[in-house]
Amino acid sequence: MGASRASPVSLKAGRIEGELKVAESLADSASNPGHAGDDPSRRDFIHIVAAAAAVGGAAAVAWPLIDQMNPAADTLALASVEFDLSKVELGQEVTIAWRKQPLFIRHRTPKEIAEAVAGDHADLKDPQTDAERVKAGHAEWLILLGSCTHLGCVPLFGQGEYGGWFCPCHGSVYDTSGRIRKGPAPLNLAVPEYAFLNDKTVKIG
Amino acid sequence: MTAHTTYEPKTAIERWLDTRLPIVRLGAEVLEFPTPKNLNYWWTFGGILSFCLATQIVTGIVLAMHYQAGGASAFLSVEQGIMRDVNYGWLIRGIHANGASMFFIAVYIHMFRGMYYGSYKAPRELLWLLGCVIYLLMMATAFMGYVLPWGQMSFWGAKVITNLLGAFPIIGKPITTLLWGGFAVDDPTLNRFFSLHYLLPFLIAAVVALHIWALHVPGNNNPTGVEVKSKADTVPFHPYYTVKDGFAIGVFLILFAVFIFYEPDALGHADNFIAANPLVTPAHIVPEWYFLPFYAILRAIPDKLSGVIAMFGAIAMLFALPWLNTSKVKSMRYRPTSKVYFLVFVVVCLILGWCGAQLPDDAVIPALGKTGINLIDSDLNSYVWLSRIATAYYFAYFLLITPILGLRETPLPVPDSISKPVLAGEAAKKD
Repeated sequence: MGASRASPVSLKAGRIEGELKVAESLADSASNPGHAGDDPSRRDFIHIVAAAAAVGGAAAVAWPLIDQMNPAADTLALASVEFDLSKVELGQEVTIAWRKQPLFIRHRTPKEIAEAVAGDHADLKDPQTDAERVKAGHAEWLILLGSCTHLGCVPLFGQGEYGGWFCPCHGSVYDTSGRIRKGPAPLNLAVPEYAFLNDKTVKIG
Repeated sequence: MTAHTTYEPKTAIERWLDTRLPIVRLGAEVLEFPTPKNLNYWWTFGGILSFCLATQIVTGIVLAMHYQAGGASAFLSVEQGIMRDVNYGWLIRGIHANGASMFFIAVYIHMFRGMYYGSYKAPRELLWLLGCVIYLLMMATAFMGYVLPWGQMSFWGAKVITNLLGAFPIIGKPITTLLWGGFAVDDPTLNRFFSLHYLLPFLIAAVVALHIWALHVPGNNNPTGVEVKSKADTVPFHPYYTVKDGFAIGVFLILFAVFIFYEPDALGHADNFIAANPLVTPAHIVPEWYFLPFYAILRAIPDKLSGVIAMFGAIAMLFALPWLNTSKVKSMRYRPTSKVYFLVFVVVCLILGWCGAQLPDDAVIPALGKTGINLIDSDLNSYVWLSRIATAYYFAYFLLITPILGLRETPLPVPDSISKPVLAGEAAKKD
C-alpha cells in the first residue's frame, strides 16, 4: 500500500526539479522499461507475489493447527490385536475392544451360514456375497466392527427379522452375514482387516 | 447508534473520558434508548437470555476449576467430586445443568415471539440472522457440555451426533476423524470438547454484542409491527423496561429454582449416571429435550444422508425466513389466517419434540394397535409416521405457507402508529 501511494508524491516532489526531468524519465522508461521503478506491471507483480506469500504463509501456519486434531501417534499405535478363537463356542459371540471400538467375533452355526449364503441373491442395499465377508475356509468365523453404519450404536445379536443384528437406536436390521437389510443404515457392518495366523488365532488390524 | 441521550459529562473525570473513550456516554445511551411503549411480556426474554448467558459463564468457570477432562477421571470428577465433595458443587452444577435447559426455554420463546410479530422483517433481517448464529452456537455449546460428564448418554450422544457428519460424501469421514482425534469417540474427543465448550460461550457473548448493536440501529419491533413514528410512541429503556425485564427475570427465577432445588435431574437422563462404556449402547438413546424436534426430523427420513440434510435444513429455514415472508404486514395480530397457521406450527414443533423422545415404531395410539396399513417401512399408527407428517408441515410452513399467505391473505386494518390504537380505543370508550 505504502509503495503504491509513494509514486504520485514523488512525482509532485519531482516537479520542483522541472518538467524536463519527468520527460527525460518517461523517455528513459520507454527505451529501458526494466529501469523504471513505478512500472505498473512490475508493481502489480510485486503485489501479487506479496499477497501470495502472505496467503501461503497463513496456510502453512493454519495447517498444523488443523492437523493436530487428527489421531495422534499413540492413538494410531493401538492398531492391532491378536485373539484366540478357541474361547468362542459354536453359536456364541464375543465382543472385544479394538481401537476402542467394539468388535464382534461370531462363531456361526451351519444354519446361519446357510441363511447368509441364501441372502446373497436378495435385493441388497450394499450388495456383497457372504463369501466376500469371511475368509475362505473359515466361513464359521464372522468378524465385524460392532458399530452400526448409521450413527455408530452397537447392534444387538439375535433381534430383528433376519436372524442377525438389530440396532436399538434407529432400528437398522442386519442379517447373519452382517449385511444391512432394513432401516436407515447405508452400509453393511464393516469387516476389519484381519488374517488367520493359524486355525485358532486371528490378528486383527 | 444515533445520539438519543441528554447526557452531559458533569465531573472532570467524565469530561476527560468523554473525549477519549465515551463509555459513560454509551451506557447513558443504552439506558435512555427510546423503546416502543407497548412492548408486552414476550419482549422480556431478551433480558432473560442475557441473564442466562451470564449465569452459564459464571457457573461454568467455577465448574471448570473442579472438572477433570479425561475418560478415566471425568465421570468421577463430576459425580463424586463436584456433586458430593466440592463445597456447594451440587448447587453450582445444578444451576449450570438446569441453566442450559432454562436458556433453551427462553430462546425458543424469544424465537417464536420474533416469528409471530414479524421481528425478522426489514429492517431487522441482520438482527434475526445474528440471533440464528447465536442459536447455532448455543446448540454446539450445549451438545459439547452434555458430553463432559462422560456418562452413557454423554458418550453415545457424542457418537451419534458426530457420526451424523459422516453421512456427507467424501468430506464426511475425514471430518469425523478430525473431530474424534481417533477411530471413535474417546479421550481426545472429550478433551477438545472441553476446550471448545469453554471457548464458545465467549463467542456467543461477542455475537450477542453485535445482536444488541443491530437492535439499537432500527430499534425494537413491537406488538403492532408498526415502526416508531414519533417520540410519543416511545419511553426510555430505563426505568420502564429495566423494571419490566427485572420483574420477568424474577418470575423466571422461580421456575429455575423449582428445577434446581426440587427436580434437579428431571430434565436429564437416568443413563447418564452410568459411566461411559464404549462397548454397550443404552437401549434407547435420546438427546437433551431441546434437540428432540430435530432428532425426530432426522429419524423421519429413512435415508441417512437425506435425514441429516433435512435436520440441518430445518435450521437453515430459520436463516431464510426474512426472505420467505412476503407479507407487507409484520405483526400477526393483524393477520388472522397466518395466526392460525403459526399456532399449528408451534404445536407441530411440540409434537416433533414429543416424537423425538419415543421409539420410532411404537404406536401413537396404543389402544388402536397396528392399523395394518404399512406405508414404506412402518405402520401408519407409529411415531415415525407422526414425525413424517409433522416434518412435512414444518417445511411447508416455511417454504409454502409463509410465502403464499403473505401474498394471498387480506390483513386487518393496521394502525397508523403505536399510539393511535390506544387513543382510538379511548375515544371509542368515551362515545
